[in-house]
Amino acid sequence: MTRYQAPVQGKVGQVIDVIVLLIMAIGALYIPLWMGMAGSSKVPQPVTDPTWESLGQNAVMVEQWQKLGFADAASASEMITARFDYSFSIGALVAMIVVIVGYYAILLRFSEKEYREVIAEKFGE
Amino acid sequence: MAKAEKIEHVGLARVLGPAHVWALGVGIVLVGEYMGWNFAVGKGGAYAALMACWFAGILYTCVAMIDSEVTSTVAAAGGQYTQAKHIVGPLMAFNVGLYLVFAYTMLEAANAITVGFLVDTVATMSGHQGGVDQRPFIILSIMFLAWLNYRGVLATLTFNLVITAIAFTAVVVLFLTTAGIFGAGPLRHADLLSGQAALPYGWLGVLASMHFGLWFYLGIEGTTQAAEEVRSPARALPFGTLAGVMTLAIAATLTWYVCAGLMPWEYLGQSGVPLFDAARLSGSYGLMVFLGIGTLFATLASANGCINDASRAWFAMGRDRYLPGWFGAVHPKYRTPYRSIIFLVPIALIFALGAPLDQVVTFSILSGLLEYTFMPLNIILFRRKWPLDTIKRGYEHPFHPLPAMVLLGLCGLAFFAVFLGYGTQLVAMIAFYIVVSLWFHFWRYRFVNRGAQFTMPWPKPRGY
Repeated sequence: MTRYQAPVQGKVGQVIDVIVLLIMAIGALYIPLWMGMAGSSKVPQPVTDPTWESLGQNAVMVEQWQKLGFADAASASEMITARFDYSFSIGALVAMIVVIVGYYAILLRFSEKEYREVIAEKFGE
Repeated sequence: MAKAEKIEHVGLARVLGPAHVWALGVGIVLVGEYMGWNFAVGKGGAYAALMACWFAGILYTCVAMIDSEVTSTVAAAGGQYTQAKHIVGPLMAFNVGLYLVFAYTMLEAANAITVGFLVDTVATMSGHQGGVDQRPFIILSIMFLAWLNYRGVLATLTFNLVITAIAFTAVVVLFLTTAGIFGAGPLRHADLLSGQAALPYGWLGVLASMHFGLWFYLGIEGTTQAAEEVRSPARALPFGTLAGVMTLAIAATLTWYVCAGLMPWEYLGQSGVPLFDAARLSGSYGLMVFLGIGTLFATLASANGCINDASRAWFAMGRDRYLPGWFGAVHPKYRTPYRSIIFLVPIALIFALGAPLDQVVTFSILSGLLEYTFMPLNIILFRRKWPLDTIKRGYEHPFHPLPAMVLLGLCGLAFFAVFLGYGTQLVAMIAFYIVVSLWFHFWRYRFVNRGAQFTMPWPKPRGY
């Protein structure tokens, strides 16, 4: 088998590759956060004139809230009533499964192709 | 040019023992007891978080078993990245390298955010009106630790050993002081976990909690990053890693017990520094100061280990030309991957200064989760390509393939847990890895020599 000779990458090419990688990483991960598109789906449920009782807090809980600096029910109301919305569609779940399985399938398929070249060159054919 | 080549071929120094491996693993992860784990309480309630803690413990036991076998055989810098390169293939290795870099860099950012938050909390408690600007403290902590890493691995991990021991002692002291062993204690589990507080989201919440349950242990697999700098990898790596998992399981349970007995679950689920808050509620000023110091030390130890691990993975990829070869250089005097250390600093800063803690933690967890999903595939292929009689392992994990199957199943559950509440981040992360994989396969891989990637003295794999 002919030995593959990798081209030597110039300095400009190396810099461009690093910039591309940075753009992909920051673009995919940071920009959705920055634009408010990502985030936990935890939302507070507004309660008018909340009391500790209406917020479901017993005497010990109230005592601990006060030690933590929440003097009255109104100040802790937003924190107590915030809940995640775990409702989801089957379509979204299936799409997530397909994306994750598809990702690993791509990885294994392309890796295997590259790996065969590595083994062939290392051990000869 | 000749000088540059000489620099690249200087090896990393073999100076570390089992205690350093333990300190590297526990040091990175112990911060998970000080912050972040409590978001699991927010996703499902306190009991759900405890169940998630133990399920995650099973997951990490499988990780440690599998990883110890492969690492005791593939003892080279880069850890799981180098494993993937030899066992699965270059594209998988490139992805695993990025998982490591992003899991650790995001964890480093989360640590720096916590340092800033802690300083702000202490300033507010001391009567400082309006709190303080957290940004200088975030920047300072990242820059200081990067400098420490730049100067040398032995000093870095010895520093970690000391501050990790202090942070772990603080957790134990808090437990002993509050648990009521020496008289009446302040813990009120029965009242704080009664009624709807027991399981506020039902059993779906237990599943959802698994997302942040991983945070109790995330990063323990980083012990393998030091493989090329350990004096006796076959002994020190399995011992250090498994001892680390046991240490963390104990610390996680103590942490949950104290915090769940002191704070209403709604507060605990959103707290920035839960152990420090627990110490505040204990009524002891001395304990509060000790846990404040413990939080600071745990975050610094973790960020320190993260810089160490992320830079080793980036360095290893540069050395193999998966990334520009410029990153594959070792400092001629300190023998550290100094260019990689410096390069990752601004990335950590971008996320530490601009993203909320739970989002940064989620990105770190997702990269870790993708890595744990790779591990069962890795061990199955390892045993298939090189059965036990073909390569001598320093450690052989029992009951194969049961740990791999359990790990794969728990990873599936954890993906679903992240999907519940943080689906957008999950999609963004996978989209990033798909795009970057295509970039590597169709562009970057041309700069990589084929056979030279395989450096282990192993026989030809079966089936090739």
